[in-house]
Amino acid sequence: MKSDLGAIATGQRGDAREYLTFRLNDEEYGIDILKVQEIRGYEPPTKIANAPHFLKGVMDLRGVIVPIIDLRLKFNIGSAVYNEFTVVIILNFGNQVMGAVVDSVSDVLALPADQIRPPPHLDSFVDGNCITGLGALSDRLIILIEIERLLSVSEMALLEHV
Amino acid sequence: MNETQSSGRGGAFDLSQFHSVFFEEAGDNLANMEMLLLSVDNTSADDETLNAIFRCAHSIKGGAATFGFQDVADLTHVMETLLDKLRRHELNVTRLMIDTLLESGDVLKQLLACRQQGVRADVDFAPLVTRIGDLTAGRVVVVDPPAGHAAVQAASKALHTEPLIELEIGPLDNPGAVDAIAELFTEIPGLGTIESMADVDHPDGPCKRLMVRSRSSDGDLFDLLSFHIARERIRIARKDAAPIAPAPVASAPKVAAPAAPAAAASDDFGFFGDPVSAPPAAAPVAASVAPMEPVAAAPAAAPAPMRRESDRSGGGVNLESSTIRVPIEKVDQLINLVGELVITQAMLAQNGRDLDPVAHQSMMVGLADLERSTRLLQESVMAIRMIPMAMVFNRFPRMLRDLASKLGKQVDLLTIGEDTELDKGLIEKITDPLTHLVRNAADHGIEPPAERLAAGKPAQGTVTLAASHSGGSIVIEVRDDGRGLNREKLLKKAIERGIPVHDQMTDQDVYGLIFEPGFSTAAEVTDISGRGVGMDVVKRNIVSLGGSVEIDSTLGRGMRVSVRLPLTLAIMDGMSVGVGHETYILPLASVVESIHLNDEDIKSVGGTGRVVEVRDSFLPIISVRELFDVRPERDGEGGIMIVVEAEGGRIALLVDELIGQHQVVVKNLESNYRKVPGVSGATILGDGRVSLILDVSWFVRRARH
Repeated sequence: MKSDLGAIATGQRGDAREYLTFRLNDEEYGIDILKVQEIRGYEPPTKIANAPHFLKGVMDLRGVIVPIIDLRLKFNIGSAVYNEFTVVIILNFGNQVMGAVVDSVSDVLALPADQIRPPPHLDSFVDGNCITGLGALSDRLIILIEIERLLSVSEMALLEHV
Repeated sequence: MNETQSSGRGGAFDLSQFHSVFFEEAGDNLANMEMLLLSVDNTSADDETLNAIFRCAHSIKGGAATFGFQDVADLTHVMETLLDKLRRHELNVTRLMIDTLLESGDVLKQLLACRQQGVRADVDFAPLVTRIGDLTAGRVVVVDPPAGHAAVQAASKALHTEPLIELEIGPLDNPGAVDAIAELFTEIPGLGTIESMADVDHPDGPCKRLMVRSRSSDGDLFDLLSFHIARERIRIARKDAAPIAPAPVASAPKVAAPAAPAAAASDDFGFFGDPVSAPPAAAPVAASVAPMEPVAAAPAAAPAPMRRESDRSGGGVNLESSTIRVPIEKVDQLINLVGELVITQAMLAQNGRDLDPVAHQSMMVGLADLERSTRLLQESVMAIRMIPMAMVFNRFPRMLRDLASKLGKQVDLLTIGEDTELDKGLIEKITDPLTHLVRNAADHGIEPPAERLAAGKPAQGTVTLAASHSGGSIVIEVRDDGRGLNREKLLKKAIERGIPVHDQMTDQDVYGLIFEPGFSTAAEVTDISGRGVGMDVVKRNIVSLGGSVEIDSTLGRGMRVSVRLPLTLAIMDGMSVGVGHETYILPLASVVESIHLNDEDIKSVGGTGRVVEVRDSFLPIISVRELFDVRPERDGEGGIMIVVEAEGGRIALLVDELIGQHQVVVKNLESNYRKVPGVSGATILGDGRVSLILDVSWFVRRARH
C-alpha cells in the first residue's frame, strides 16, 4: 500500500507561521511546515540492528536512504499500531532527511505569534526540550515541536550506547 | 628535443584514449595557473598561491611526460624550477617573472593545442626557456633593448623596425605603375612604407628600385604588386636577413591572418624585448628555424603578449573539448530518478501480471516496452558514472616503461583488480595521485639492477597496482619491492627541514612525514620526481575525496601505499542472503564459499565459542541472526554457512538462506543517519526495499576478540 499523499504546498500568510499538525494518540502536535518535504503511507522499513527502539529502520526515498523514527515510541504515547491511517511525515532539515511515523496528519494551521505560548517546564517529559511553544486555537492545544532537536545525529549516536 | 613528437600515438599501449582527459586537465590547470598568476601581488605573494601555481605546472608536466609530449614537459620543467625557487622564497616574485610565466602559459596553450590536433608544434620557445633560466638563476634579465647585448639588439631591431625589402621592378612599360604601387602603401594600413631609390639599368630597359619596409611576406608582396605589374617583372630582395621561405598562404590554410606571416629573423637571437611593445598584429618570430617547413609562420607567434587576442592567430588551434562536464549532483539526481522509475516499473509489471493477457494485449505490450526502455535507461545512466579501474591502470605500463629506461632500471608492472568499478568522479581525481605514487615507486623505490642484485633480489623490480573493495571503501594499493623507506633518513631530513619530530614517533608517523609539503628524500631533483611535491598533492587530493593514505614499509624489502576511498556510489557484486525476514548483501569479493551445514559439524570451544571445520582448518562461526538480533522466522538456526574473508582472516557466517547474486548500487547510510557497526552501506532491492550491505571486515574483527 503505497499511498503517497503528495507534498503539501508551503507558504506563509502575514506574520503567522504555518504548521502541519498531526496526532499522536489524543495529543495534537505541530511542526514547521517548511521542514515537511512530503507525507507518505507507512511501509515497513528495513530494520537496523542494535538501533534505538524508536528507530524503525531505513527506507528508500527515491534513491536516498532515509531513517524512519516512530514518534509514538519516542514519546511513549499510546500504542504503536500500524494500520492504513498510519503515515510517515518526511522531514527535511536542510542537509538531513528523516521520516517520522505518526498516527495521522490533521491539517495545516497558520498560527500568529501572539497565539503561541511559551513552553511549560515539564520535568516528567523527557524530551521536553524539543517543545518550542504551545499553540492555543479556540479549544485546541497544539504542541509545537522541533524534531531536529529531538533527533539530531549526535543524539542518535548517543543513544547507541544506551 | 623533438624525437618523441609522435610517440604518444605509437607504442604497444594505446594511450590516446586518455589524451582528451589530459588535454582537459591541462587546460584547466593552465586556466587556473593564469588566474593565480594574475592574482599574485608581487609584494605579498602568499605561499598558498605560489604552491598552487607550482602544482599546476607540476601536474601539466607529469601528464605531458606520461604521454611523451616532450616540448610541453620541457617548458613546464623550467617553469617549475623557477616556481619552486619562488615558493621556497629563494627568489622574490617580480613583475617580469609573472609576465614571463604568463607568456609561457600562452605558449603551453599553443603547444597543447597543436598536440591535441596532432599537428607539429612549430613554436620556438627556446628564448623563453633561456629567459626563465636566467630568472631562475637570479641573473639580471635586461628587457630594455639598448642595454642588451648583440642578440637582444638583433631581436629588437626585428621588433621595432620593419624588415627592409628591396624591390626591383621593371622593365617598366608604364612609369605610372610605380606611383600606383606607392599609393598602395598609403592606402593599406599597416602594410609599411615605401621609398623610391635610384633607377637601375637592366638589359631590357630601365628598372625602378624601391625600398620597402614591411612585415608582409614575399608572397604577399608579389600578390599585391601583381595588380599593377606582371609577376615576372618583380624581384624582391631582403636586405636584413635570410630570404624567407615560400609564402605559406596557400599551403597552410589555418594561417588565416593576412598580416601574420612573419619576417625572418635569426634563429638564436636570445629573447624578445618588452612584450608590451611588440607589434600587436604579428609577433616577429623566428620562422627560419625550419625554412623548409611549409607551416612556417603564424602558429609560431610564440611570445605573443598576454591578454591579447594574438594567440588566436593560429586559427583553430585552441584547446577544444569534446566532452561536457556536468556537475556530479546532476548525474546523481538522474540516477536517483531512474532508480525510482525502475521501482515504479517493477510495481506496474507486478500488477500487470494479474491482468488477462487477451483482454489487455496493448497494455501488456506497453508494459514490456516500458520494462525494456527502463532497463536500458538505467544501464546507460549507470554507465555515465562507473568506470573500471583498468582505465586508470592502463596508462601506467607505458609510463613505467619510459621511466624505467630513463632511470636505467628494470621495472615490471603488475595490476590486480582492474575490473573493480569506480565512480567516474573518483577515477578522475585518483588518476593524478596514483600517477605520482607509481612514479615515486619507480624512481625512489626500485633500486638500479646492480644494487638489487647485490641485495639478493632479482634485477627486475616489480610495481604492483591493486584495487579492491574492502568494507565500505575501495582500496588501491601501490606496492614496490624496492628499497623501502629509511626511518633514520626520514627523521634526519625532517630535522633539517625544521619539522618537529622525536625518536619515539611510530613508524606510521615517520612514514607520514613524506606527505609534508616540500619533503623529499631524493638526493637530486630529476624531472621525474624528487621535488617533494608529489606526496603532499597526493595526500591533499585523497583527503579531499574523503579518503585516507597509509604507508607501510620494510627497509630493503619495499613499500606499500594504500589509498582508501569511500564508496559513495560504486557498483558492487553482492550475494544476497536471508536471515529471518531480512535480506542482507555480502560483497561477493569477500565470499570464499558457502556450505550447507549440519548441526553435528559445529563444535563448541570454551563453552560459548563455536567453530566449524572447513578444509582442515577451524573457522569461528558468527551468527548474523544473533549479532543483528533478527527475529527468527522459524525455529532452529539456519543451515547455510558462508565462508568470508577479510583483513587476512576467515570466518563462517551463519545465515538462513542464500538468495542470489546481484549487482548492487552502494548507498551510504551516513548521509541521513550515521555509521552502523557491521554495515558498510545499503542498497535498494528491485522491489524498493532497502537491504543492508554487511561489513565483512567488522565481522572478522569481531571474531578475533
